[in-house]
Amino acid sequence: MININGLAVEPIIGLEIHVQLATRTKMWCGCKRAFGAEPNSRVCPVCLGLPGALPVMNRRAVELAVRTALALNCRTAGFTTWDRKSYYYPDLPKNYQISQYDRPLSYGGVFEFPFANRISRVRIIRAHLEEDAGKNVHDFPGCSAVDLNRAGTPLLEIVSEPELHSADQTREFAVQLHRLVRYLGVSEANMQEGQMRFEPNINLRILKDGEIYTTPIVEVKNLNSFRALHGAVACEITRQVEGWQETGVVATTGNKSNRGWDDEREATVAQREKEEAHDYRYFPDPDLVPLELDEAWVAELKEHMPELPIPRTERFISEYKVPASDAPALVDDRATADLLDQAAEFGGDKSTLAKHFLSFWARHANERGTPIADLGISSKHLAELARLQCEGTINATATAQVADQMIARVAHRFSGGGHESSSESEHPAEAKLSPRAIAEQLGVLQSRDEDQIATWVEQALASNQKAVQDAISNQKKLKAARGFLTGQVMTISGGQADPKMVGALIEEKLAEIGQSKV
Amino acid sequence: MLERDVMGKMETATTIAAHVAAGRRKAVAVCHEALGRIEDRDPRFRAFLEVTPDYARPRAARVDADLAAGKPAGPLAGVPLAIKDNICTTFGHTTCGSKILKGYVSPYNATVIDRIEAAGGVLVGKTNLDEFAMGSSNENSAYFPTRNPWNTDCVPGGSSGGSAAAVAAGLVPLALGSDTGGSIRLPAAFCGVVGMKPTYGRVSRYGLVAYGSSLDQIGTLAANVEDAALLLTVISGQDPRDSTSVDHPVPHYCEELRDAKLAGLASGLRIGVPAEYFGAGLESETRAAVEAALDVYRRLGARTVEVTLPHTPYAIATYYLVAVSECSSNLARYDGVHYGHRTAHPRNIIDLYSSSRNEGFGAEVKRRIMLGTFALSAGYHDAYYNKALKVRRLIKDDFDRAFEQCDVLAGPTSPTPAFRFGEKLDNPLAMYLADIYTIALNLAGMPGISIPCGFSETGLPIGLQLMAPVFGETVLLQAARLYERETEWYLRRPPVTS
Ligand SMILES: [Zn+2]
Repeated sequence: MININGLAVEPIIGLEIHVQLATRTKMWCGCKRAFGAEPNSRVCPVCLGLPGALPVMNRRAVELAVRTALALNCRTAGFTTWDRKSYYYPDLPKNYQISQYDRPLSYGGVFEFPFANRISRVRIIRAHLEEDAGKNVHDFPGCSAVDLNRAGTPLLEIVSEPELHSADQTREFAVQLHRLVRYLGVSEANMQEGQMRFEPNINLRILKDGEIYTTPIVEVKNLNSFRALHGAVACEITRQVEGWQETGVVATTGNKSNRGWDDEREATVAQREKEEAHDYRYFPDPDLVPLELDEAWVAELKEHMPELPIPRTERFISEYKVPASDAPALVDDRATADLLDQAAEFGGDKSTLAKHFLSFWARHANERGTPIADLGISSKHLAELARLQCEGTINATATAQVADQMIARVAHRFSGGGHESSSESEHPAEAKLSPRAIAEQLGVLQSRDEDQIATWVEQALASNQKAVQDAISNQKKLKAARGFLTGQVMTISGGQADPKMVGALIEEKLAEIGQSKV
Repeated sequence: MLERDVMGKMETATTIAAHVAAGRRKAVAVCHEALGRIEDRDPRFRAFLEVTPDYARPRAARVDADLAAGKPAGPLAGVPLAIKDNICTTFGHTTCGSKILKGYVSPYNATVIDRIEAAGGVLVGKTNLDEFAMGSSNENSAYFPTRNPWNTDCVPGGSSGGSAAAVAAGLVPLALGSDTGGSIRLPAAFCGVVGMKPTYGRVSRYGLVAYGSSLDQIGTLAANVEDAALLLTVISGQDPRDSTSVDHPVPHYCEELRDAKLAGLASGLRIGVPAEYFGAGLESETRAAVEAALDVYRRLGARTVEVTLPHTPYAIATYYLVAVSECSSNLARYDGVHYGHRTAHPRNIIDLYSSSRNEGFGAEVKRRIMLGTFALSAGYHDAYYNKALKVRRLIKDDFDRAFEQCDVLAGPTSPTPAFRFGEKLDNPLAMYLADIYTIALNLAGMPGISIPCGFSETGLPIGLQLMAPVFGETVLLQAARLYERETEWYLRRPPVTS
């Protein structure tokens, strides 16, 4: 319950999500799925709904749908049917949409995600397959046009129970779902291209004087961004409270309404067409045969399910010791997260590795507008660089320098300076990318040769007698003097001496000198 | 008296294909003759909505050229065929006998068209039909009614009336029709030809303009059983573009009709006689002809078995719920937006839809769309559509049980021979009853054939209907051929050469 205008209000929000599936071809024909192609260039008799044409189911779409359903913990139907949903609209060439009515492909799932320091749990009513419509284009004076390139694109419709209770929580649910479908590789989920669209249904429970009043349900159609989704829900909550205070109208069967979202005014607006008890006259599509999902096949898909983003985030926080706020940056792109895990398998300190991902690797990726996984650096080399730093072979500054060089050389290789090799054995071109080799060439390897360092220490002490005296005789000046001497050694060594060993040797020498004085 | 075989001018498809394959005849010459017969005789019957000589002649030349180049002859080499105008062809128009598709040209061929052409068939035109295959008399064609070649005052039957008349009048030896509730078998009976509806799923529906998708099936109209088998062999088989077509082996049906294969067959044949098909509505002449046909079978050594199909009385009601429901959805796409007839001055999008459809569809089509829309509506869906599906299952069960006792079923194709124009036009229910013996088989998805078995006193053909279980085409054709071999009804042709 939240407090609005002095009333205790509980928003009740459900979500319908349409996700275009990343198949090569459309749901019922061989036309390529494509965004932005010349209008009506990706069409055939089937998706144009021409007389006599018949649909043939795209198996890949079913696979992608089942994988999503499994990730949403849905049960899959052994036997599922295709139904025709009838309504007239110019972008729907058959004037019916092939969808699933009473035997959806999957149902009864649950999606859990962290929100406000707790786990939100939202049940999924169903997830079913259907076909997308085309697009009406109103760019022409005096007439409208229809582009059917999108018609017949496989669409997964996910319907949640109304178990969300705020705009923030609704947005987080959508964000997590978006991440999930991209993770599964079932959709590009590009929001600008309308590949993922949200339709929240919202109403309120208002508590006043011990009575509960329920406001009429409003469905906001076709939201194409998280911002619009959040805005629409927030706007409806306020609007419905005010509306109820003004009119006192409560939910009845039949007063559900549809609204749209006005991006400029940042408000929901009434839609002209009424939700007049739409009768879609569903009936089984006689052109398609019912689909039986093979249990073994579903089990196999389940087995090959990747680690999903939410559990992976939790694991990264504990395994890689990254702050919770940084974890999504590592998890978001599945290939990058996979690369991090692969690099970690080479051993070494995972935390250092993750820090590299979050700092300079992220910077390089950003500069190139690609995920880290696409930088072209192998997991082996990522691990090697982290190990070099951990072991003190190179310092932090040198680590970043080496990384810069690795990137520069990859770029060179990809621009024709070498050739790609996927073989396990290290190719000469690969060897050139080895962080150790680069560190050597840059001369940033730290010396761990005790004799060499001892010589440098002796040189430094010899030419800085004043500091030596301060260190031995004045307890107060000891720390400053030791720091100064360490700096001198580093200068003499050209930065190559391992600072830890330098410190130890200086201490040893000073102790010796102090002893001999006594 | 009826004139005996004037077919001299038109050989059977089997003969033509053999001659062309052997180089004894040129496809071009065969085509030329067929086009000449159409030009000469069709004005009296109007079987064709469109004749396409400019397409047919080069195709025939191509068949000859391929043969000359040493390519193997297809089973239909040089055979002229007519196509019911609800089957999509890239040549000519595909109008479905409707104003709403006037001038419509399909950008693709139906699968059956490609198969026929690959087999060397030469397509000469598109035949008339009741609008969108909805009708039993051909009077529902938006263009003109086809006339029965045996009596031009009578209907040819429907909906494949044009194809049946074209074969009966000797214009072409073979034609394609479609059968949703009897639309091949009824006109075959009325026109005195062989009409076969295959098992649902036997022949691809891709490119057949849908009426009742779960009932529609493309089939053959032919002058004899062997020709029917020839064309069936060519068009059968699974099609990846039709999910409801079935992967079931396709025998060479003509081979199955050889005398050697038929030898001894009759003595083991059990012919089921469903009591419900010999009830009150059956006209006495038709009853007598069908009973005489049963006698022929008995004489050949076959056994007749009384069977019962108890749900037959519900078949028409069930059919008119299933078919119209599917039809209301299938015909939703004709809306004036993307193709077909568009009203001249729409006030808005709703008016564009309703005026285009109102102007484009004929009365019977509108009637069925409205019935189907009603049957599928919320609140009525269970009482009508869902109940119809349940009864459909019971009807299929009836057939399954009957086929436990027999190999084929036999009965009349229609209660009466062809009726006169206008006779049933004002009474849709009476018209629907013409299909009383053919409709149940579509609901069961099983194959059936109508073959000539006699004539009425007024000289109108009478049809014998044989029915077989799912994928029982072989035994169906064999049983038909056994009868045909013993009789000469099928050789009679209307006196069209004046
Ligand atoms: Zn297409």
